[in-house]
Amino acid sequence: MSAETPSRLQKMINAGHLAVTSEVGPPRSADGVVIEHKANLIKDYVDAINVTDNQTSVCRLCSLAACIRIKQMGLEPVLQMVTRDRNRIAMQSDILGAASFGINNILCLTGDHQHFGDHSSCANVFDLDSTQLAMTVRMMRDEGKLLGGYEFEVRPQMFIGAAANPFAGPNVAIRVARLAKKVAAGVQFVQTQCIYNMDTFKTFMKMMVDRGLHEKVAILAGITPMKNVGMAKYMKNRVPGIDVPDAIVQRMGGVPKEKQAEEGINLAIEQMEELKGVEGVRGFHIMAIEWEEKVPEIVQRIGLYPRPQLAA
Amino acid sequence: MIKAIPKPMEEIINYVQDCTKLLIAGCDGCVTVCEAGGLKEAKVLASALRLYFTQGGKQAQVDETSLTRQCEKEYLAQLSDRIDQYDAVVSLACGVGIQHMAEIYDKKVVYPGVDTCFLGVNEERGLYSERCQACGRCILAETGGVCPIARCSKRMLNGPCGGSEGGKCEVSKDIPCGWELIYERLKTLGQLDRFENPVVPKDWTTSRDGGPRKIVREDLRI
Repeated sequence: MSAETPSRLQKMINAGHLAVTSEVGPPRSADGVVIEHKANLIKDYVDAINVTDNQTSVCRLCSLAACIRIKQMGLEPVLQMVTRDRNRIAMQSDILGAASFGINNILCLTGDHQHFGDHSSCANVFDLDSTQLAMTVRMMRDEGKLLGGYEFEVRPQMFIGAAANPFAGPNVAIRVARLAKKVAAGVQFVQTQCIYNMDTFKTFMKMMVDRGLHEKVAILAGITPMKNVGMAKYMKNRVPGIDVPDAIVQRMGGVPKEKQAEEGINLAIEQMEELKGVEGVRGFHIMAIEWEEKVPEIVQRIGLYPRPQLAA
Repeated sequence: MIKAIPKPMEEIINYVQDCTKLLIAGCDGCVTVCEAGGLKEAKVLASALRLYFTQGGKQAQVDETSLTRQCEKEYLAQLSDRIDQYDAVVSLACGVGIQHMAEIYDKKVVYPGVDTCFLGVNEERGLYSERCQACGRCILAETGGVCPIARCSKRMLNGPCGGSEGGKCEVSKDIPCGWELIYERLKTLGQLDRFENPVVPKDWTTSRDGGPRKIVREDLRI
């Protein structure tokens, strides 16, 4: 995982603990208090808090401002950055800005196409893709250089992350190869797409381990608890790149409506128990979508609370 | 070739409703191949406009013609002796031809009769799809002959993204995932090793990002 940074998330992983991250989706307004409220719900149960960057191409309060707010609360933010909306000038500028506030984690993403969002008629940018963004951050951090060649003194100390989706096309082997490419570009940790198909995920991890890639990148398994059977069906049928086996839809639908939320949490806990035993899994990224208040319960039940304290 | 589609009749009527003498100018090049703006389409549009004017009780003359290529001034020059008699021209050429017409006949009102869409192929009659975005620096040698800039919705150079599913793009089930096509082609060619090399940020100066482009071929200039 090469470069050491001041990132607490990196230190937690390097210390051999199972890391726990979760995320906060900023509001579709200027109400920054929402960020504080959501961060306070989860802060004692996670090592770092991702802030999404206009996820699903819906315009929201910006990730950078929300990360600064979280940092100023004394917590550890992960700046999510998509390449859809900004070119290399804007992204490098935001990285420098984030680093100037002591933000030490970045998640490099390409981002959903704007077709999904609330501004589908907009132009996109895609000057870089996620892999190239990771390369850029690494160059800024390790060489003190911008893509344009300018050299500077005070470097952004970023622990570099990316996403991986073992369930997308065309096959698992290519998904491993693509992650290998991201690792070659400088990615140090990965938060995976929500895992429901355990067999596919295990195949993916076995291939990662066989290539020794699990030692070069820390894999945090993505967990999204289902709220009800409707959500299970929606994710199965409507969300690209998410693989929800029929058995899970049936299980969620097999309990009374008022018990489905509980069943969804139970399912997430079972999945996490199983994932704890998968070689190469270094922690969890819990994406409780508009359900942040459930994160403490999940972390407690899986036995990862209290979070280990790192030496200062 | 350049692909275009005819503009809706209502839009064209909106442009020309006050004209009394109108020329519909087709082009024998790309727009003829995709059946959007050749002589045949010029005749059909002229007939429809004549009908429109007649039904509205208005006296108007609508003539049609087609030029070999509106992107070349030698062919545009063929209109020089008669263009003055028209109030306006509806050009059915691509956006290049329409602008060239307006440039050569700078006092004449020129309306577009087609929407110019992309550089693409004829998959079959009436079915055209994009292949090239004319970025000015071709990378097809590295990508198995399939262009990620034209064929990936996010023009990723290190795809496929996590939204690729069943060989389809996250934007639409009607769009093949460009990176799956690249992957399959590299596999066929025995070049899958190319897939794992991270591609560095692209220099877009030869694309539209560098401003309006020009080619100067000194070897061809006299």
